[in-house]
Amino acid sequence: MSEAVIKCEAVYKIFGENAKKMLQDSNGNVDAKTFQENGCIVGVNNASFEVAKGEMLVVMGLSGSGKSTLLRCISRLTDATGGKIFIEGQDLLNLNNKELIELRRNKMGMVFQSFALLPHKTVVENIAFPLQIKGIKTEESINKAMEMVKLVGLDGRENYFPRELSGGQQQRVGIARSLAVEPDIWFLDEPFSALDPLIRKEMQDEFLRLQEKLQKTIMFITHDFDEALKLADRIAIMKDGIIEQLDTPANIVLNPATEYVRKFTEEVPREKVLLIEDVMDESISNNLGDVKVSKDEIIENVAEKILTQEKSVAVIDENNKTVGSINPTKIINTVFGGRKNGK
Amino acid sequence: MEFLKKYPKIFQWLFLLIVFFALCFAIDVPETYKFIRGQAEFVKDPNQSSYIFLGKEVRYYAFDVFWRLPPLLGWLPIWINDSLFFLMNEWMPMEFWNEDTQEFKTRPIVLQISRNLTAFMTFLIELIREILLGGLETIVAFTSWDWIDANPWAELPGLPWTIVAAGFAILAYKLSGIGLALFAGLTMVYISIFGQWKPSMQTLSFILVAAPLSFIFGLSLGIAAYKSKRVEKALYPILLVMQTMPQYAVLVPALVLFGVGDHAAVIITMVVAVPPMILLTLLGLRAIPPEVIEAGRMSGCNNWQLMSKVLIPTARRDILIGVNQVIMVCFSMAVISAFIGAKGLGFNLLLALNQLNIGLALEAGLCISLIAILLDKMSLAWANKQVDYFGNLNFFQRNKNLLFFSITVIIGILLSYIGSVYFKGGYNYLFEVPHNKGISTADFWNKGVDWIFDTFFVYIKAFNTWLIQEVLQPMRALYLRMPAVATLVLVVGAGYLIGGIRSALVVCGLTLFIALSPWWDRALVTAYMATFGVIVSCIIGFTVGTLCFQNKHSAKFMLGVCDIFQTFPSFVYLIPVMMLFGITDTSVLIAVIVYATIPATRYTIEGLRSVPAGLHDAATMSGVNKFQRLTKIEFPLAFPHMMLGINQTIVFALFMVIIGAFIGTEDLGQYILKALSDKNGAGIGLTLGICVAFIGLIFDNLIRTWVEKRKKHLGIA
Repeated sequence: MSEAVIKCEAVYKIFGENAKKMLQDSNGNVDAKTFQENGCIVGVNNASFEVAKGEMLVVMGLSGSGKSTLLRCISRLTDATGGKIFIEGQDLLNLNNKELIELRRNKMGMVFQSFALLPHKTVVENIAFPLQIKGIKTEESINKAMEMVKLVGLDGRENYFPRELSGGQQQRVGIARSLAVEPDIWFLDEPFSALDPLIRKEMQDEFLRLQEKLQKTIMFITHDFDEALKLADRIAIMKDGIIEQLDTPANIVLNPATEYVRKFTEEVPREKVLLIEDVMDESISNNLGDVKVSKDEIIENVAEKILTQEKSVAVIDENNKTVGSINPTKIINTVFGGRKNGK
Repeated sequence: MEFLKKYPKIFQWLFLLIVFFALCFAIDVPETYKFIRGQAEFVKDPNQSSYIFLGKEVRYYAFDVFWRLPPLLGWLPIWINDSLFFLMNEWMPMEFWNEDTQEFKTRPIVLQISRNLTAFMTFLIELIREILLGGLETIVAFTSWDWIDANPWAELPGLPWTIVAAGFAILAYKLSGIGLALFAGLTMVYISIFGQWKPSMQTLSFILVAAPLSFIFGLSLGIAAYKSKRVEKALYPILLVMQTMPQYAVLVPALVLFGVGDHAAVIITMVVAVPPMILLTLLGLRAIPPEVIEAGRMSGCNNWQLMSKVLIPTARRDILIGVNQVIMVCFSMAVISAFIGAKGLGFNLLLALNQLNIGLALEAGLCISLIAILLDKMSLAWANKQVDYFGNLNFFQRNKNLLFFSITVIIGILLSYIGSVYFKGGYNYLFEVPHNKGISTADFWNKGVDWIFDTFFVYIKAFNTWLIQEVLQPMRALYLRMPAVATLVLVVGAGYLIGGIRSALVVCGLTLFIALSPWWDRALVTAYMATFGVIVSCIIGFTVGTLCFQNKHSAKFMLGVCDIFQTFPSFVYLIPVMMLFGITDTSVLIAVIVYATIPATRYTIEGLRSVPAGLHDAATMSGVNKFQRLTKIEFPLAFPHMMLGINQTIVFALFMVIIGAFIGTEDLGQYILKALSDKNGAGIGLTLGICVAFIGLIFDNLIRTWVEKRKKHLGIA
């Protein structure tokens, strides 16, 4: 893993009158119940993690789990009550207002659930807005914004007002706006939650396409577990302000850390999430057939190929070197087996 | 009252009414009571009582306290007067440099501040006025009278009317398009041809100072209140009172503080126009979704950019309504402040009304209304204007409006030069059509009025007599027959039943203030006129609103009509009713009804519109017919919003009742009007204004509390 772009150390966010004092008294041992009795609400409870350059961390949780609050702490839209946050090594909480604005103007972009477009500006003006705020000349900023319009596929609609666009189109504008200043860090707060399922899927694919091209460091918030599995490099699952588990999608599905996480994984179609690598045998037997599958394939894509074989199938890496084997029984076990009895 | 809680609401109300009527019958009218024209401390009568408070003697007729409370607040107007006098003439004297006499002079600080403010306002108004009409005061302000005597050429010549008219048309074209340009041009030509140019430009210069200043102050105070809870809390009660304070009442104290003239008028206009602007700014800013603010922050806005580029534009809709209100109030005040010596159309209008020259009044009123509509539309167009980034324009296209204007300036000057040759010795019509030297239709209208009077005199008179004798007089008598205690019980009881103990206390305080002032009887008369107006307005408004709602186009049309009617300055409404009914209470009441029907209609349509479409479908699928849908679904759901309309109707009605004093009524308004010419009028005017405001606030409080509860109950809060 390369150096961490976002680094959180024991971040707390507690709402209420004397939250700061109560946090100090609690010695880092925050119990939501006692806090609530004293009129404080715990938003984020002891969050520590790192996001590497070019990585996409998806924070998943139901409403009220503190995921949006966590994101707002990291973008400093609210100030964290305790802990430390580093953005590319800079101590975020110690930045003064001017430095913070500089950071946001150059390094950060954010997309919002309700799109948050400025209603009085057209598509192109909305996208050019962060550039103009930065002080870039009108003509230049409009030209740059037009590039963005093309990037998100809204050409021909640049002079529309947000109210004249569909939800999906509005969010494309939101995405384009957040990318206009070419930020390194990209925050997305439930960007697709307000969209219809079909549009949502389309936007997810579009988003993956963009990320392939841009390779940003991303924090993505969602309440949709399937979406998290589809997009994430790593997933953080939150409940009541606490990060229950932070791991790769495969590990979360295979080894849920808590009962709460397990509930989410129960209904997940594993063949769509797990890679061959996750379920193969490391040992290489000599009794392998001619068929070979790549270790980075998703099970679903190669299941038919493997299941039609009688023998085990060789698993190869990108250099065509055999790294393991997998037999059809294993596939059947993974897909159908061990759901109800815990694993 | 706790034991009543277990009974249904209807019984609680019945109980309240029974108590009220029992009190009314139990307390007899004292034999000495008559509806007295002179009141309280003015009465010189052996039977009166008196008390001394704060060194002021207050004399009054003493009645049984159950019948009428003694005016324990009678000292308040006198005390306000003395305080004002003290502030202006004695408090904190300081040395100030006097430009004219070239020496230091001792003056109280408030007086000095007021004089400086006055001078500043006067300068602004004169500047605009002299650009439009010509003059030399602006030049004098920078130089001296001696200098201007030596250099007479430096006097501003004023713009020929052709240039101003063309300028307005070009500006309107740039802002909106050919339609508005045509309207602007025609309005200006009309004003000029009908010889109203000079007063119109005087009014315009007044508005062009008052409206922007009110806008700026309102916006900045609104922002301050948005940013700081403390500012909001401090402002809120003042705003509430100002919202229901009749505009007349502010005139009198301003007269004392700022003297007579256009400058004082500008300051009062600001006092009246700023509160709605503040409220609407605050409302708009509060309604911004938090994510939009966050989006602004994440785009790297600093505080200033966030406010100017994100918050204010996003709250634009409400702020625009604020601008609209400011313009309306400014025009309304342009007429009313003629009472304290503001020049222009308002002055002419008042003069004409005084002379019962309906034709002239009509012309002046039409001019004001046209300018009001024009400015309203132009400000709207300005706020909605779009920038075109992609048009590849050459120099000519980019500057064509400026070019056109320069050309019209040259043509205008040429024309007026030709005019000066052509109309040698007479009036130069191409430069300015002098007042009352244009075409006038006044005679036509006056003849028309005479004809109507001659032809329909019998019917109008019969209607008038019937209304006054059979409806108004008995109603007034009923109101005056209420013992003060009974009224208090009724109002406080209603407050308790609607909003609990808190509401009851607020309402009790407001009512007590009026009851303890020396003008309780007058307040009852005001209340009776307002009640009559409100009831009729609501009936008309609800009916018209409901009927228009049946069809999408007619609803839209009706809302447009409401918009236009609302733009008319309130005084203008008096013209046609005086035309038909002369100087009677009927005239005032009809003006009240016309004016107050606007909000009743508007809110009915808006309320019915706000009923969710899903419910319509659900009702249709349950097989209701149109009438059932209206009574079972739409009315119950729209009713809270319609109640807010009633609230507005009450405020509008009170306004018009007070303005109706100009025609001659016997209520609080008449006393405010009298206070204008009273040396000690400031305190009286202000106290009376507060009384009227409190009448409005009593209903405001009751209705708002009820609406909030009802909305919560219906789940549409």
